[in-house]
Amino acid sequence: MEQLIQQLVNGISLGSIYALIALGYTMVYGIVKLINFAHGDVFMVGAFIGFYSITVLHLGFFPALLISMVACAIFGVLIERIAYKPLRNATRIAALITAIGVSLFIEYGTIYIRGAQPEAYPSNIVPLKSLEIFGVKISGQSILILAVSLCLMIILQFIVHKTKIGKAMRAVSHDQDAAKLMGINVNNTISATFAIGSALAGAAGVVFGMYYTKIEPLMGIIPGLKAFVAAVLGGIGIIPGAMAGGLLLGVIEALVSAAGGSLFRDAVAFVVLILILIFRPAGLFGKNVREKV
Amino acid sequence: MLKVNDINVYYGNIHALKGVSLDINQGEIVTLIGANGAGKSTLLKTLSGLLKPKTGEIVFEGEHVAGKVPQLIVKRGISQVPEGRRVFANMSVEENLELGAFLRKDKKGIQEDFEKIYQLFPRLLERKKQLSGTLSGGEQQMLAMGRALMARPRLLLLDEPSMGLAPLLVKTIFQIIEEINKTGTTILLVEQNANMALSIADRAYVIETGKIVASGLAEELSASDQIRKAYLGGH
Repeated sequence: MEQLIQQLVNGISLGSIYALIALGYTMVYGIVKLINFAHGDVFMVGAFIGFYSITVLHLGFFPALLISMVACAIFGVLIERIAYKPLRNATRIAALITAIGVSLFIEYGTIYIRGAQPEAYPSNIVPLKSLEIFGVKISGQSILILAVSLCLMIILQFIVHKTKIGKAMRAVSHDQDAAKLMGINVNNTISATFAIGSALAGAAGVVFGMYYTKIEPLMGIIPGLKAFVAAVLGGIGIIPGAMAGGLLLGVIEALVSAAGGSLFRDAVAFVVLILILIFRPAGLFGKNVREKV
Repeated sequence: MLKVNDINVYYGNIHALKGVSLDINQGEIVTLIGANGAGKSTLLKTLSGLLKPKTGEIVFEGEHVAGKVPQLIVKRGISQVPEGRRVFANMSVEENLELGAFLRKDKKGIQEDFEKIYQLFPRLLERKKQLSGTLSGGEQQMLAMGRALMARPRLLLLDEPSMGLAPLLVKTIFQIIEEINKTGTTILLVEQNANMALSIADRAYVIETGKIVASGLAEELSASDQIRKAYLGGH
């Protein structure tokens, strides 16, 4: 029993990292209908920026987190402006192939610049104590990850629902031309979406590093793909869906590991993807919206 | 107020507007009538900046606005109620109206306009928190109009406001259009329902396959045999 709860907690921590990454996928898809396959690599870059902020600049966890988020936001906007914007009116497959190209470029660009060797993340940067509740030991890292992700998701919900830019984002994702008629600058709104999504990926990179204590230039591939599965699981384009999908996927993975199938951990995500595509292609939160004419 | 001079607009290879010119004076209701595919919506999209004319000029209150971005055109005082309403179905009535005032910064003025619009369309006040996708067609039309008015336009472009609405509702919508005009907003009304449009308009233009083929006072056009035959189902 304790073992099970322990695994659940692990699953939720891992899942909240997936959720943070999935949010970027889903927001970008919602607004430009593009699966940004370079998103997992933004997450990797975020992890490295956090790492260098801590080890080279000797900053604490929270300043490093902040720097990583800001840098990733700028990085995300650059990717959008340079690689995707010129293809806004091209076919979707062209943009998708470009996204894969950008992904490879970032991965191997990073290896070219700093080499392929992994780094050990300094995990003792925050004095963390583990908590014991009803005999279940919960590690400090798990709590930190949960707290950070939860805060960021609340902030995101606030931005999307209460601020002007958030409303512009929702308007553009629903109908670009109608949004233009309101005087909304569609290009800036799309950039803001990339900025926010990439900042979340940056944050996910830093907490991932703290949790797994090892980072390397190709680390973004698998979490990126799993976050993509999480976004599809929740219903791509739907923000609460990405959160739920991420958490659910994390928990499923943890439970499969607990049941002795830890070798199949990575496969499980893709089995989930196949099942969702067969039985509920719109995702858990998705529905086929019909508009009245 | 608005002067369109010899504009040519293309959709790829299709020459959609062929040397269209028209004038709108302050305070008027001008209607543009024509069949499906004649170029009515294309003209409105060009006026709003969604399409750029290849040649020709558009002058609004002395400023050249042809080819300018929609943002600037809304700022200058031209708002559009697009064909098919295009309300943001995933957002509430209130949020839709807020988006209409997207470029405005005068909080007090925006609040006043909220009240004005709820007065003009009491149904919208009742459904303030409801998702706009769940509204009926008529209510969505009202919302689209209210949303455009939130920008406080001096010129309001209306694209087929009667489309898909029951006759009684069409009447209400046209009454509201007249009311909006009386408060000082100039109106360009694009319609397939030529009878209704001519009954409230001061002047009218008739468009056929991208060209203006007739224009004049609304009464004169509704009396003209040719127009009656082609557009009014006249006998």
